[in-house]
Parts: sequence; structure tokens; C-alpha cells
Amino acid sequence: MTEKFISIEDVVHKVIRPEAGAINTFIGTVRELTDGKRTLYLTYEAYASMAEKMMARIGTEIEEKWPDAKVAITHRVGRLEISDVAVVLAVSTPHRADAYEASRYAIERIKQMVPIWKKEHWDTGEEWIGNQQGTKAYALGSKTKEDLHG
Amino acid sequence: MVNVLLFAQFQEAAGRETVEIEAAGQSVAHVKSVLKENYNLQDLDQAMTSINEEYVDMDTILNDGDTVAFIPPVSGG
Repeated sequence: MTEKFISIEDVVHKVIRPEAGAINTFIGTVRELTDGKRTLYLTYEAYASMAEKMMARIGTEIEEKWPDAKVAITHRVGRLEISDVAVVLAVSTPHRADAYEASRYAIERIKQMVPIWKKEHWDTGEEWIGNQQGTKAYALGSKTKEDLHG
Repeated sequence: MVNVLLFAQFQEAAGRETVEIEAAGQSVAHVKSVLKENYNLQDLDQAMTSINEEYVDMDTILNDGDTVAFIPPVSGG
């Protein structure tokens, strides 16, 4: 966890090692438009000590599922502007297939169980995302997209 | 005493970050009902709960000195 700018390079360097033949990174950035609504900036808040514990646990889960994998995760909190980097994760493995799968697993688990919350600020107001209204709106949004593509 | 941590929308609704409750020997569900009644936290049913930074269910019994957190639906990443 950090309150400062995340160096993508620093996170990647944590997993570089001779055994690795592949490093997959995921970089989460602040999106301006969500379902047509313009975000001005975000604030992230965390239960920092537990969040770090849960991120370490995700690392352990990955090393159990992909024994040759090494993972590094950094998440930023505080105020973030549009296109700022909110999260960087890197996974190194001997071969690329595992690096892709494990990095997907890591970000999905972060979104399930790491106690971090984001608040979207608009010119018309603000809201903690993940609350009842936000969850419903997003669920409907993704369902609509699926319907369109399906 | 049990120390209760509030975050995000719960912290804003209650107007405070922590609450101390006499709840040793009681369940997490009991603490939740006390908070709902006294701190304007009707949305607590959507929360996950942790004791001492580990997720637990509503039946878990609290010990003196435990730290309980009501964790709103998370939105990191």
C-alpha cells in the first residue's frame, strides 16, 4: 500500500529472477467515464493493515496454485486523478501461460477480498462504489453489454 | 470491550471511525444490531466482517480486546 505514485518498474523488479521466463503485469488506472458518467477524480481508502495481510494471502494462494510463480502487488490510496495508476501487480513464472492466468487470478481476488474502497467524485456529487446502488448500476451495466454482444 | 472499526460509507454515516462496545461473549451479529440501532448504519447487512483482520461470519463470538471491522463491499483495483 502506498499514498504515492506507483513505479511500475519497481513492482516488476520485485519478481524478476533467473528462473522466470515470463512476467505478466496488470495496471489498473483511473477511468474517466463509467456508464456515461464523467468522473473528476477518485479517492481510495483502505483498512491498510488488513489490506496488506490479504494481499500477502493472495500471493500465498498463487504460489500454492502455481508453485513456480512469484507475485508483487502495490495499491495506491488517497486522491487519484484520471489516468493515475491505482494498482500494479506483476507475476513472474518460468513459462508465459501461468503468468497470464496467475495475474488474472490476482486482480480478481483483489476485487473480491482486499478491504479497499473507492469513491467517485463527479461535478454532481460523489459516491462510494461498491455500495448497494453502485453494485446494482454496475451489474446492470455489464449485463446490458453482455446482452448487446450476446 | 470490543473496538469496532468503520470505513468508507459506514464511517461517513456514523460520523466516526471507531466505536467501543461492551460485547465480549456476544456474537458479531449482536454488535451489528447495536450499531444499526445507535449509529444510523442500516446498510450493515451488505458488509463483510472481520475480527482481528480475518474474515469471520456473523455467529462468531467476540473476546475482550477484539477489533471488529464492518467492511463495506470492496472496490479496490
